[in-house]
Amino acid sequence: MSDIFWLIPLIPALSTLILAVFGDRLPKKYISFQACGAVFVSFLISLYSFIGLLNISPEQYPVVKNLFTWIHSGNFQANLSFQFDPLTAVMTLVVTAVGFLIHVYSIGYMAEDRSYSRFFTLMNLFTFSMLILVMASNIVLMFVGWEGVGFCSYMLIGFWFEKHSAANAGKKAFIVNRIGDAGFLIGIMFIIVSIGSTEFANINHAVAGGSLSPGLVTLIALLLFVGATGKSAQIPLYVWLPDAMEGPTPVSALIHAATMVTAGVYMVARLNVFYTMSEAAGFIVALIGAITAVYAATMALTQNDIKRVLAYSTISQIGYMFIGCGVGAFAAGIFHLYTHAFFKSLLFLAAGSVMHALSGELDMRKMGGLKKYMPYTYPTFLIGAIAIAGVPFLSGFFSKDAILTAAFANGQYVIWALGLSGAVLTAFYMFRLIFLTFHGKERIQPEAKKHLHESPSVMTVPLSILAFFSVVAGYAGLPVVLGKNVNWFQNFLSPLMHPGHEAHLNLTTEWLLIGVSIVVALGGIWIAYLFYLRNPQIPHRIAARFPFLYKLLVHKYYVDEAYDTVFVKPAIKGSEFVYQKFDLNVIDGAVNKTAAGSGWLGKTLSYLQTGLIKDYALVFLLGTIILLGLLIF
Amino acid sequence: MNIPILSIITFLPAAGSLLFIFINRKQKNLIRYTALFIGIINFILSLFLFFQFSGQTGDPQFVEKAEWMGYGIQYHIGIDGISLLLVLLTTFLMPIVILSSWNSIQEKVKEYHIFMLLLVTGILGVFVSLNLFLFYVFWEAMLIPMYFLIGIWGGKRKIYATLKFVIFTMFGSLLMLVAIFALYSIFYKTAGSYSFNLFDYYQLVLNPNIQIWLFLAFGLAFAIKVPMFPFHTWLPDAHVEAPTAGSVILAGVLLKMGTYGFLRFALPLFPDAAKKFIPYLAALSLIGIIYGALMALIQKDVKSLVAYSSVSHMGLIMLAVFALNLESLEGAVYQMLNHGLSTGALFLCVGILYERAHTRLIKDYGGVSRQMPVFAAFFLICMLSSVGLPGLNGFVGEVLCLFGIFQSSKLLAILGVSTIILGAAYLLWMYQRVMQGPLENKKIMTFKDLNKREIGFLVPIIILMFFMGIFPRPFLRKMDASVHKLLNQIHRSETYFVDKETAIIIPESASGIESDSQIKEKGIESENNE
Repeated sequence: MSDIFWLIPLIPALSTLILAVFGDRLPKKYISFQACGAVFVSFLISLYSFIGLLNISPEQYPVVKNLFTWIHSGNFQANLSFQFDPLTAVMTLVVTAVGFLIHVYSIGYMAEDRSYSRFFTLMNLFTFSMLILVMASNIVLMFVGWEGVGFCSYMLIGFWFEKHSAANAGKKAFIVNRIGDAGFLIGIMFIIVSIGSTEFANINHAVAGGSLSPGLVTLIALLLFVGATGKSAQIPLYVWLPDAMEGPTPVSALIHAATMVTAGVYMVARLNVFYTMSEAAGFIVALIGAITAVYAATMALTQNDIKRVLAYSTISQIGYMFIGCGVGAFAAGIFHLYTHAFFKSLLFLAAGSVMHALSGELDMRKMGGLKKYMPYTYPTFLIGAIAIAGVPFLSGFFSKDAILTAAFANGQYVIWALGLSGAVLTAFYMFRLIFLTFHGKERIQPEAKKHLHESPSVMTVPLSILAFFSVVAGYAGLPVVLGKNVNWFQNFLSPLMHPGHEAHLNLTTEWLLIGVSIVVALGGIWIAYLFYLRNPQIPHRIAARFPFLYKLLVHKYYVDEAYDTVFVKPAIKGSEFVYQKFDLNVIDGAVNKTAAGSGWLGKTLSYLQTGLIKDYALVFLLGTIILLGLLIF
Repeated sequence: MNIPILSIITFLPAAGSLLFIFINRKQKNLIRYTALFIGIINFILSLFLFFQFSGQTGDPQFVEKAEWMGYGIQYHIGIDGISLLLVLLTTFLMPIVILSSWNSIQEKVKEYHIFMLLLVTGILGVFVSLNLFLFYVFWEAMLIPMYFLIGIWGGKRKIYATLKFVIFTMFGSLLMLVAIFALYSIFYKTAGSYSFNLFDYYQLVLNPNIQIWLFLAFGLAFAIKVPMFPFHTWLPDAHVEAPTAGSVILAGVLLKMGTYGFLRFALPLFPDAAKKFIPYLAALSLIGIIYGALMALIQKDVKSLVAYSSVSHMGLIMLAVFALNLESLEGAVYQMLNHGLSTGALFLCVGILYERAHTRLIKDYGGVSRQMPVFAAFFLICMLSSVGLPGLNGFVGEVLCLFGIFQSSKLLAILGVSTIILGAAYLLWMYQRVMQGPLENKKIMTFKDLNKREIGFLVPIIILMFFMGIFPRPFLRKMDASVHKLLNQIHRSETYFVDKETAIIIPESASGIESDSQIKEKGIESENNE
């Protein structure tokens, strides 16, 4: 196959450069044309390379294009080199396809913003960084993309930086991510020192060959996973993602739903050999994923901010992806990443469309009955909700089911049960959102009502396309119950996956599990229907009955407050204290006292130098007497 | 080639300052243009050095040697890969700082530029000297112009700050002077000839007990200059009171004289003593990283925030120096350049704000981005370079330093990694409070965005930040051989004292000097054997 795939990241990079330097002087039309066009060209090259990949045999994976040696010092070597293999193909297609649609949507969404060129510059820069992340052939270059997307996320969350909350959220995202990155970086150093190479091919080979001790494999796997919990917003580093909703909605869709936040899943899948070689690490990944999946879903239950519900939902869904990776079903994890990219960006963009219609309103208590005003947004939103809820025949059903089946097959029943309970919650909160927003009584503010309108077609067309994919994307990976080779997705990725413990279930059990999943999804929707359409008093009664629980959920388990009390405040107060008492008083005090002391000494000694002959004569006399005395005695 | 290019580069600024005798002090712009012109010429000349320099050898190049006062006092200069890059950094920053003080310096313009040019010669002299006497002359001479730059053009507490800076530094240097003379006499007694030649001293394998005292004397002088914790308190004061250009030179190059001193003198001359002290020095460096960052976090004055960030960054560089392996030393030298660029640039940015608002307090700002979007972008990039974002220069240095440290001590590296979290915390928080948020201060609404001159001196730095982040190889390759040679020098005596200790009796006390001659012979022998 041809190796022009290295152009995939470079085209958005070039576009970024042009927009960054000349952006303010270019007309808006041109800016959006160039920004969208660059991503579209990248998409076309990705597609071309993907087709090329289908025509070569798996032994030739990955195709590597080395541009030049980037850093080289002693044992440390990192090249600027890209690779293309099935995993990269899936990721580049998702990033460029979803990215392109979101870019187009942004033309409408950001039309009135005064920082139009800054927005598209950063979106292109993000696309570039994300492509570096997924195309890098070595872990150091991957880290470049990893930090790059983190930076873009910082800039785009804080896009409206005049708002304190936005600037704060951006900073928080960056710093929390850096905590994860620190772990990731330590992991990278362990890899280089113990393997002597940064290239994925060599790392996989060395680890699979057993040249690392099991303890070291587990350690590295967990350090890398620390990085993943930061970027992919898992416990304990998930706290930045809900706040990240301060950014423009297309940003939430692209970065904080479809692409960047799934980077951790990609990384774990890319280095899957660590997690299959170390069962402990795999188990921890699955466990963290499962707990996060349920935990985040519970927080989504009580949120009234439409975007925050979706944010918690994202955290929860990424938890599922980690369940997949943790139980060794990496293809299933990536499959869910891929379907999630469509339906979650659809949900965000549709939510953005609702906000757009309501002059920026985010509070679902001030919505309701929007169905009839938004003939395009409503059905697409509904499709997204059905897909994520896990209703059969839509994409989310297939991917979530693949993960849960794999967990069950591996005997991880606790994780399977957690995943299943998360599924009920997911179906429930998504339909709570649908019912509160589009159905029931209108609770729209009079001011917003005046401007109420369906969004322009530049926004609704991308919605429709994403809705289409949210329906059909799942058919790339049909469950095994339908036949031996129907899971094309898994077969495509399997050459990259280190063969681990593959467990198989008999057909009856599989059908049974699928049945349970369906019941769970429909059950969740039904409860939401009961609570929010049939009898809207129920939620209030439950909240009144369990005030403690309700408060706990509304305040998101007080985790932000806890982190603030335990980490942030002590750091600042402690530093303040040390600065005043130690740095200024003790250290600098010692310096100044030494100076003052020598000044005093000089001054005191200078009294000896009176300039009077009689004084000197006296001293001379005294000295002579003492000396004489010493001589005599 | 007979053109003494290195001497020309070193002395061109000082010689150029003589031109000012013929310029009327009222022609301020002519003075500025002349200084700028000299700076640019000097930079172009040093580019020539860079391209002519061969990275194949670790030996000094462009060597010039002449008798000066006799008794081993020679005019002996030359550069290896490490000093080459520091010379380049100095000459690169020089035109920039002259441009940066175009408007802010309105009084005694002539004297200002004379001192500035003399300062540059002093700094360059430190980096090129291969004779310890000459080195010491430059080392001290450089203090004088700096003393006046802070003391005349500084802020409110300028006299306090400049005295503190000079006396603190002098205190260390005087001990170093004593040590230099001790070396001189030991060499004379051992070899029978007078020499201040660095390479003669490199051949001298000293009794470890003597090494300890000499190392401490040299080390203290350099540690104060870096500055390492707990000798750092002069730095925030000096930075806060210095004019912008002074801060840029101070952070950009002066501090590197300390790290350079360790690399060139303290470590290779006294390797055994160094190894004894390295655990303690590494601990101090690590404390410096974390302590500096935490102190930076809570500063209320932007300049002292950047000053404390220097303490943190220099801590990482020192930790890498003490890790003593190829990656860590190359990382340290690279990070010296990066720190010079990024911290220098941050001071330039703060200076740009100060010129508009005449305040350095963070709380007086807020929302500046909206008023100065171009400046916001530049400031952001400088900050990211300092934070070590990949794609920019800081990352390459930071990752090499950390990796090198990791090879020597996993624990230190893991603790040192905290720098990437803390660095982001204090800088981003500062950026948020200064540049973001609502624009409330009426005064800020009158701010003008960058003018052409300001763009002119920031753009080269920004370009270099990207270049060094994406193409670090040309720089790393220049120093490869030199760092190898340095490491061989530092690890040389280890083979002797560890492997053959039993074979040679080293008297414990006063007669160490005699044993030195024995050691020396053996030392050279063992070197030849390698």
